[in-house]
Amino acid sequence: MALWAALFLAVGGAGRAEDAPGRAPAAAITPETVRGLRLVSTFRTGNPQAHVASPQVAGDRLLVFTPFPHTLFALKVEAGHLRVDWTFRPDGNRMVEGVACCGLGLPGPAVAGDRLLLNTLDGHTIALDAATGRPLWDVPSAAVPRGETLASAPLVAGDRVIVGTAGDDFGIRGRVAALEAGSGRPLWTRFSTGSDQDVGIGPGFAPFYDRDLGRDAGVTSWPPGGWERGGGSVSGTLLHDPELGLVFHGTGRPAPINPDQRPGGNRWSSGLFARDAATGAARWFYQLASHDLHGVSGTGPLLMTDRDWKGVRRKLLIHVGLSGYVYVLDRVTGEVLSAEPFVPVNASRGVDLATGALLRSDNKTTRIGTMTRDVCPSLTGPVTPGGAALSPETGLLYIATSRLCMDIEPRPATYMQGTPFTGANLRAKRPPNGSLGALVAWDLAAGKPAWTIQEDLPVLGGPLPLPGGVVFYGTYDGYLKAVGARDGRVLWQEKLASGIVAAPTFFTAPDGAQYVSVLAGQGGALGPSAGLEVDARDATAARGLGNVLRGVPPPEDGGGALYLFALP
Amino acid sequence: MKRRAALVMAVAMLVGCQREQRDLRLDPPVAAALDQVAPTANGIGGAPPDVYVALGGPYESNAYNLGEGKRLYTWFNCKGCHADGGGASGPALMDGWWRYGADPVSLFVSLRDGRPNGMPAYRDKLTTEQIWQLVGYVQTIGMASATTAAPSRNDEMQSRPAENRAPAAADLPTPPSR
Repeated sequence: MALWAALFLAVGGAGRAEDAPGRAPAAAITPETVRGLRLVSTFRTGNPQAHVASPQVAGDRLLVFTPFPHTLFALKVEAGHLRVDWTFRPDGNRMVEGVACCGLGLPGPAVAGDRLLLNTLDGHTIALDAATGRPLWDVPSAAVPRGETLASAPLVAGDRVIVGTAGDDFGIRGRVAALEAGSGRPLWTRFSTGSDQDVGIGPGFAPFYDRDLGRDAGVTSWPPGGWERGGGSVSGTLLHDPELGLVFHGTGRPAPINPDQRPGGNRWSSGLFARDAATGAARWFYQLASHDLHGVSGTGPLLMTDRDWKGVRRKLLIHVGLSGYVYVLDRVTGEVLSAEPFVPVNASRGVDLATGALLRSDNKTTRIGTMTRDVCPSLTGPVTPGGAALSPETGLLYIATSRLCMDIEPRPATYMQGTPFTGANLRAKRPPNGSLGALVAWDLAAGKPAWTIQEDLPVLGGPLPLPGGVVFYGTYDGYLKAVGARDGRVLWQEKLASGIVAAPTFFTAPDGAQYVSVLAGQGGALGPSAGLEVDARDATAARGLGNVLRGVPPPEDGGGALYLFALP
Repeated sequence: MKRRAALVMAVAMLVGCQREQRDLRLDPPVAAALDQVAPTANGIGGAPPDVYVALGGPYESNAYNLGEGKRLYTWFNCKGCHADGGGASGPALMDGWWRYGADPVSLFVSLRDGRPNGMPAYRDKLTTEQIWQLVGYVQTIGMASATTAAPSRNDEMQSRPAENRAPAAADLPTPPSR
């Protein structure tokens, strides 16, 4: 047991920080050499759904995790050829397809030494032996009949595994739980709504802003009983800071979308939590939007970095928000240092740094039975949980963005367990100017883009910054592109068989050869936000995406295919 | 003479108003009999109850029932998964492609008992009559030919051509592979 603990301590905690595993040690791929990249091998997964899980590196293996029903492939690269080392196919509960809001894919396993920790869509957390794919333990983490699924990878924090549930569209009560890494034994569970005890709010809770104080606010800021089905999923990035002993996670939007059914501040939904990794006790909370009207949700990317901020060295937490702002917070205190828009935003006018409040636009509020037009950004969100990465070399934050607005018309929602609890008609729109997607290189200190590459369609694949000064990303129309990290100049591109909806991965084989791998596979015509059987003649299809992606030709074969590129 | 003509016209107009019958409450034996569908062994296709045939398929051809089905479609969260027929987490209903059959009996069984890939059972949530009303409405979403009956107009967000317009499924896409 102690050995396991030591192992996890040694390898855990990297999270999605700048020192994340899988980064290139050398700088062989540079703006000069990238033009020589050649396709060396491909591998088909045989799953037709949208592949949102990036390939992952575990030692000398490359892991490919398909959407539900899942298969985990462990591939070895030998002299430029891909060979299947082992596969793992967990038994699946097919009923989960009816409660997965946004496609059937989720990120692949967390790598912890010689173990893999895997979340499945249908609610299992499974530990695997990385060498053989043999399951070591398998515990239920989400209850499908209640509308719960898992949409994010587990986080390894020391000798603990942290798992959060998804299902804001189904009126779940979001929760985050810690399991003992060696056995899967549950250690603690904390909810996103409910009494202070359930949420983990005690004497150690010290939010930076006073408005986030209040006894049992997770109950009193809801109509009676509303908190029991109030959403607040923990479906985005989980992040661990071993130095501070904290785990950071966002909470999803309140359920239902119809705001008139949930008068009040709807704590602790649509916010960010810092929790003690050992006990789950809340250290601070920042509510991105009180009584969320537009699906602000705290499930966007979370990253951490230590930098000089206005002359003072600070431990920063970066949150790329679904409200359209890049938030820079002090991760020790929860103070918001900066919040600037990276996509067109008109639902709010900014963030008041003195009070932490999101300043809503009066003409974009939403009310039951009333259509509010041209609200930006769209409820589907301008960024996916894996859609942002920091480069230590350039200091820039690269964000794969969807630039969408929406018409929203809240309607009454009825709570019935296991069916959607949404309550809004949605129709996505084009932004007032520019294209539907972009790769944004964000300057954190300046609070504005250093450069932007416009794409005709939403960008869901990427980014992958490499130390040599190249950023890779994939487009919805199936191009893998390499651009200069400092200037955004397109250096190289290759057309693949299907749209790319997962970030590319860098991989060094045991023989020292360097590869860039990317998983193409957009699934159906509307990509990961819907299944294969969609019809974009309905403007509200796939949460309104039908309205903007109508006419985009469906891929000939949207299934998963892994491509491996290398320098000659 | 004039008065007589007016009287005849008034009677004719009144008779003309009688378009169809609205049954606000089914006779309990009829409601019970309507539940007795005989699906085939795999749950796709089968025979409707005799009373359904005897009533003349009232859930496909009666505007009141179609209108009720349309209301139930929103109220019972069908929209959350199937949108306005275009699909989201659930499959589209307007693309002319049905996983579990497009005939009334298949649809009735899908709604009442659920289906293994995520469709929940509405057995305990809706009455037999309401399920039939939904069956009728869902068929109009994927309509491949025009009919005389249509549900009431859409008062909410405009999302797709109305049910009573020309066949919605005129230009069918290729069925997706699974």
